[in-house]
Amino acid sequence: MEPAQHPTLTLLTERFGDNILSADIRYGILTISVTQPAIVDILRFLFDHAQLQYRYLTTLCGIHHPEVNQIAVVYQLHSLENNSRVRLKVWLPEDKPETPTVTDLFAGANWMERETYDFFGVTFTGHPDLRRILNVEDMTIFPLRKEYPLEDQTREDKRDEMFGRGMVGSGQ
Amino acid sequence: MSEMDVKVGLAEKPPGVEGAGFFATSLEKVVGLARKNSIWPLPFATSCCGIEFMATMGAHYDLARFGSERLSFSPRQADLLMVMGTIAKKMGPILRQVYEQMAEPRWVMSVGACACSGGIFDTYSVLQGIDRIIPVDVYVPGCPPRPEQILDGIMKIQHLVETESLRRRDSPEYKALLNKYGIE
Amino acid sequence: MTRNIVGEHREVGDENRYTTLNLGPTHPATHGIFQNVLTMDGEVIVRSEPTIGYIHRAFEKLAERRPYAQITPITDRLNYCSAPINNMGWHMTVEKLIGVEVPKRVDYLRVIIMELARISDHLICNSVLGVDTGALTGFVYLFQFRELIYEIYEEICGARLTTNIGRIGGFERDFSPTAWAKLDRFMKEYPEALKEFEKLLKRNRIFMERTTGVGAITAERALSYSFSGPNLRATGIDYDVRVMEPYSSYDDFEFDVPVGKNGDTYDRFLVRQEEMWQSLSIIRQAIEKLPEGPYHAEVPEFYLPPKEEVYNNMEALIYHFKIVMGETDIPKGEVYHCVEGGNGELGFYLISDGGRTPFRLHFRRPCFIYYQAYPEMIQGSNISDAILTMSSLNVIAGELDA
Repeated sequence: MEPAQHPTLTLLTERFGDNILSADIRYGILTISVTQPAIVDILRFLFDHAQLQYRYLTTLCGIHHPEVNQIAVVYQLHSLENNSRVRLKVWLPEDKPETPTVTDLFAGANWMERETYDFFGVTFTGHPDLRRILNVEDMTIFPLRKEYPLEDQTREDKRDEMFGRGMVGSGQ
Repeated sequence: MSEMDVKVGLAEKPPGVEGAGFFATSLEKVVGLARKNSIWPLPFATSCCGIEFMATMGAHYDLARFGSERLSFSPRQADLLMVMGTIAKKMGPILRQVYEQMAEPRWVMSVGACACSGGIFDTYSVLQGIDRIIPVDVYVPGCPPRPEQILDGIMKIQHLVETESLRRRDSPEYKALLNKYGIE
Repeated sequence: MTRNIVGEHREVGDENRYTTLNLGPTHPATHGIFQNVLTMDGEVIVRSEPTIGYIHRAFEKLAERRPYAQITPITDRLNYCSAPINNMGWHMTVEKLIGVEVPKRVDYLRVIIMELARISDHLICNSVLGVDTGALTGFVYLFQFRELIYEIYEEICGARLTTNIGRIGGFERDFSPTAWAKLDRFMKEYPEALKEFEKLLKRNRIFMERTTGVGAITAERALSYSFSGPNLRATGIDYDVRVMEPYSSYDDFEFDVPVGKNGDTYDRFLVRQEEMWQSLSIIRQAIEKLPEGPYHAEVPEFYLPPKEEVYNNMEALIYHFKIVMGETDIPKGEVYHCVEGGNGELGFYLISDGGRTPFRLHFRRPCFIYYQAYPEMIQGSNISDAILTMSSLNVIAGELDA
């Protein structure tokens, strides 16, 4: 169906029209990019709405887009009553990615936001305990950003030329 | 009676002097024989290789017939540290601590590609082989190794245990090996 | 900075009353390596603080380096107790991205493999739950059947545990007669063993007293924590991805979705037990109704050619090389596909920018998401109950940390 006919989008545009940057349906899931200040209100609206009932947070993750110097944070919601999914994206500047937390709305967002902080450095203001979760506590970089290499650069037993990699950061 | 002799295998007798009611051999050989048939492993199972270890402990492949019936999860009472699975850099200090808590004589077996060399995870967070931090006696490759391979590793450890000199742990070469890893 | 540790705030003077116990990363009863620092008032847990990441292997970063055909072995190592489900989920995600529909026979064969994997996952969880209460017998009886399942996998794909089973578009070869014979043997022998196991534990007074009311969570809290799978169904919500968004022809099969009442350890045990029976019924239906047809879709750009051709035919060799090294054309797109894994909704969020490796691949891992609720579930309980709760949640370290 056309994005404009999707009931979620029509209801959202009525209420938050100027905060919606773009919307389209990707492989069956309505994907909406919204402005960062409105994200918590939009999520709360979708949560509380009597018909939409997007009360299940499927996943929360980050995506680094170095070509536009932005980090996107993706919230994927699921309405178990209506069996429909929606994906919201917030675009944050790469050098200072900050956005409010949603842990008071979804308890499960706690560790998901910690993981996004650990991997991308996105600060979730208001988070009760924002610290690294999967990597070692004293790591200084945010490893899933594109500029950091996958391999441990201090290892000496594996020669990069044998793996088709000439030097650090040459990737593919 | 003769059928029984064919099916049942007996352990090799060490060379020695035999007489009526006595058998004299060197202490090393007796101690080696006793030790090798009662190794108490510490299964340090972190990931997928741990599940293959559970299969090795099960009835089909049965680790217990090698004398390892009693697993010890406390390093103080264990002989063999079996490191099975990926060791991340976050886990390294803990592995080191467990190794240091074991009493001599102790052996280390590294099961699986991840423990031997980092395996398929050539990443920033994975320790590329546990021999970066502790000395290893036997490496069992595989991802995950079949239970038969793990049993082969156990048999190699048994060979090492049997042929080890009683004075090895006090020798200067062994102390130099531990010093290389910074272990007192 | 206040830490989000569930429990009472420690007052000065309580230092003498409370003890700190480290349920450390290496512990016989924690199935996997994760740490819990418990603050205890005698035997009762007042506060707990989990630490994970001891087996963080950076799957998501690793996936950005590997072409699509090479990512399947990584997905194996997510929930390694039921590796085929992860493999199938990944293959279905890529098929969704490139827009390929697989033949019906492939769907049915996939269902058989996935349900076998589900049985092997629940088998471990339930028998190890028995071990943690002290009943070692059930574990030893049931583990023998895991060997039968391993033999079936080995016949189909060559590996026991980390299977790398199937291809994008189908299977590498049709199931051989030996595989069908082994499957029949499993279907004949397993129900009796499962019945025996049930008789040992299901109405066992000691087991029931140890597990009823332990580690309970309400349905509202479970939904807020984004639980899924057997843990959510034990609280009363019947959310099953196979029913809600059927994939791989699951809507052709008739099966029930077992649902619990209280969300405690006993309900989780019963839900998994009943799911094993339902999986057996699904496999039986799939074997009976299996349609004839090809065992793979016609996607030469993604489906590896058969080995006889690769060794003899130059074109097949080139295709094989291109597929494995990722030199085929991949469409751009953003796709999310989820399957019902052993622990819940296992999702693959894939963003492709047309390059040979994914631009971003995020795994929606159910274990990671529901383990957050653990401190809340054990608050105020004894340490032995905490061990049972952890056991019944079926936390697999590979899926927790990725």
